[in-house]
Amino acid sequence: MEALDDLTVFVLSLLVGFEVISRVPATLHTPLMSAANAVHGVVLVGAVLIGASAHTPAGYALAFLACVFAAANVVGGYAVTDRMLHMFRPPAERAGATGEPGAPGAPGGGDGRGTGGTGAAR
Amino acid sequence: MTALEAAIGVVYLGAAACFVLGLHLMNAPPTARRGNALSAGGMGAALLATLVLVVAQGTGPTAWAVIAAGTAIGAGGGLLAALRVRMTAMPQLVSLFNAVGGGAAALIGGFEFGARSDPGAAVAAVIALDVVIGSVAFSGSLVAAGKLDGRLPGRPVLLPARAVLTALLALAAAAGTVLVAAGAGGPAPLAVAAAAALLLGVVGVLAIGGADMPVVVSLLNACTGLAVAMAGFALDNSMMVIAGALVGASGAILTKLMADAMNRPLSAVVAGGFGTGDGGPAVGGGGDVQRIGADDAAIRLAYASRVVMVPGYGLAAAQAQHELRELADLLAGRGVRVDYAVHPVAGRMPGHMNVLLAEAKVPYERMKEMEQANPDFPRTDVALVVGANDVTNPAARRPGTAISGMPILDVDKAETVIVIKRSLGHGYAGIDNELYTAPGTRMLLGDAKEALASLTAAVKALVG
Repeated sequence: MEALDDLTVFVLSLLVGFEVISRVPATLHTPLMSAANAVHGVVLVGAVLIGASAHTPAGYALAFLACVFAAANVVGGYAVTDRMLHMFRPPAERAGATGEPGAPGAPGGGDGRGTGGTGAAR
Repeated sequence: MTALEAAIGVVYLGAAACFVLGLHLMNAPPTARRGNALSAGGMGAALLATLVLVVAQGTGPTAWAVIAAGTAIGAGGGLLAALRVRMTAMPQLVSLFNAVGGGAAALIGGFEFGARSDPGAAVAAVIALDVVIGSVAFSGSLVAAGKLDGRLPGRPVLLPARAVLTALLALAAAAGTVLVAAGAGGPAPLAVAAAAALLLGVVGVLAIGGADMPVVVSLLNACTGLAVAMAGFALDNSMMVIAGALVGASGAILTKLMADAMNRPLSAVVAGGFGTGDGGPAVGGGGDVQRIGADDAAIRLAYASRVVMVPGYGLAAAQAQHELRELADLLAGRGVRVDYAVHPVAGRMPGHMNVLLAEAKVPYERMKEMEQANPDFPRTDVALVVGANDVTNPAARRPGTAISGMPILDVDKAETVIVIKRSLGHGYAGIDNELYTAPGTRMLLGDAKEALASLTAAVKALVG
């Protein structure tokens, strides 16, 4: 019965995944791939769990390597995605106007260039 | 279920919701960054909840040391790489992160197989699938990263009897999976399946040309998602199942979108053998190329009323996006209308060029996507093509060439086309670019960065 529950969750999640990213502009294909790449960094949860249940040298070695790999995936994945998206600041924010105030590291101040479409063409 | 387990379950559910909403927010540029932050927040909460769970289980000091050391090393390395990487090298880094994610999923499968004495057919099958899919994603992504980075040849490497070899490896992986599911033969079948899967990833991706790498990376990304979902099954962790399935499905859709943008059927991409990689032999025959010097080119640009910049991978490789923007700003300051026409697959990945131009502080609204840019080319005085090749080749409009049917930028419809290019070599598709021998085309041979800098200097000198 438990296996069936998991299977239900799996299939429904697949369907959500198919629907969640429709009609995305080509501009965002690379950041989106990178973001999805970061999400599967959730494997770190699994790596931690096996680390906690390990009790042989071989088990520790596997868990250690899994933790290294998974942590690199999740931390690096989110960081590089954020760096990419940092380039796509909304024009209001770029012009130093009333954009989101909480954007850390975004160089404030108007650069004098015009604002306009968001580039989300189509 | 204890109260603690219930609380952790709720946090996991919230995290899963964050992943879904985060990916959805990434559909549009204005909300994309918030989407990534939301997704990261969900991830942080999920990891914290997991740590609480592990504490409550009374984990020993050795296990803690292993977890802490491994996570610290991985997180530090990943963060450093992510912050240091040049934006041009970003595609291979994403591929590398994907590789380690797949590797981690495969390792979890291996651990669970060893830890369980009698897993039962369903769990054993899931473990085997986790190991096989994760291993393919691991080795395949490493090869893809190597190709994108230029450490491995970009051209398709076709091993002798590749079809037979691929079939045998796939068969070995499948047979191993079946044996593991049947509970026969101990750890040997799993080891065989893992080895076959690792080789399969190498052989499969080696055969695919560099131009198709973005699609391959996206496909392997989806594979890693599935492997993580399988690991979630094995660990009975529904959040990992949700997140893995989410990435598997959305990655598959994204792969399809990318293949469509490049007009390459996915089946043809996976079959491999397309393209030659960087810098093929020189243009042979097919008309003469007219060259132009920086001074002449500068005059044409300075006295144009409308200029369209057409950046390609050569621009990114030469790190010349800042020089391009400088020239564009100088021209715009003289009253020339300057736009940037960005082909969907300019750069190394769809959207990569937009990232590079945005990094050089090119205003968003000046970047035109192909559908917006093409109607304007007949009214354009000068199209300045910098390091773009196949995406400008008029041969794509005719049937019977390697790039036939690929959507291209109609730069040949501009009055004058100036092409900045290092050499007269081929693009990724490995065919002659008819644009270079067209009557309205002038070639400015040289490194993109130096050529653009000399153009800027020439414009300044000529027109003060």
